[in-house]
Amino acid sequence: MAQVERPLSPHLQIYKPQISSVLSILHRLTGIGLAVGTLLLTWWLTAAAYGAAAFTHAQGFMDSWFGQLFLLGFTLAFFYHLCNGIRHLFWDIGKGFELETVDKTGWLVVVGTVVFTALTWFLGMTWGGIA
Amino acid sequence: MSLRTPLGRVRGLGSAKHGLDHWWYQRLTALALIPLSIWLLSSFIAQIGNDHDAFKAWLGTPGRSVGTSLFLFAAFYHMKLGIQVVIEDYIHTRWINMTLLIATTFICVLLGTASIFAVLKLAFGG
Repeated sequence: MAQVERPLSPHLQIYKPQISSVLSILHRLTGIGLAVGTLLLTWWLTAAAYGAAAFTHAQGFMDSWFGQLFLLGFTLAFFYHLCNGIRHLFWDIGKGFELETVDKTGWLVVVGTVVFTALTWFLGMTWGGIA
Repeated sequence: MSLRTPLGRVRGLGSAKHGLDHWWYQRLTALALIPLSIWLLSSFIAQIGNDHDAFKAWLGTPGRSVGTSLFLFAAFYHMKLGIQVVIEDYIHTRWINMTLLIATTFICVLLGTASIFAVLKLAFGG
């Protein structure tokens, strides 16, 4: 029997992006981003185990502009995934499904991500004496 | 050959009771990662600018190396479960799907083992 190519739900391409759908896919994207970021974490820890020279080399990468950009993206992804993950855990226990609440907690996640990221970098630069 | 219907056979056997495992461990690791990741991130910020000796001294206490190892275990487990779902959802060609799932498991186990070993070496190795 010939396979008929029918369009599949949910027709993402014709939907207007909404806060709920955008945040939903961002959870996956930041998850993938964090997975890539664990490569840096593993490299850094392994370098520390290899010795001072390797550790200094890894630190040097993180001090470079590319390393700093990478870490900034990692921090943003981390706080987004953390805040939205907590939102997901509340949904898992059946709380916060009202449309109004979903919108409100969604924006809360966005604000939280920006605030926590800014706070982290402020503390990092203060304690680290401007990297 | 049995004359029992597939439905009858399933009813007789019952489920394997593993249906919720993936979902459950994803939530369990998520819950563990909330305090662990916040603790580790704030500790790492305080480590900025420290040299190798200072970092080793910081990580070397039992509490910190256990905490870091627990974080790494939960994080790589969570990562494996999460990436697995993404692959299952979007990759529909059977052999690519299988290859990516196997690679994901191997990579997560490799990175997890390597990083936990690094922590242990720093803690014990002096």
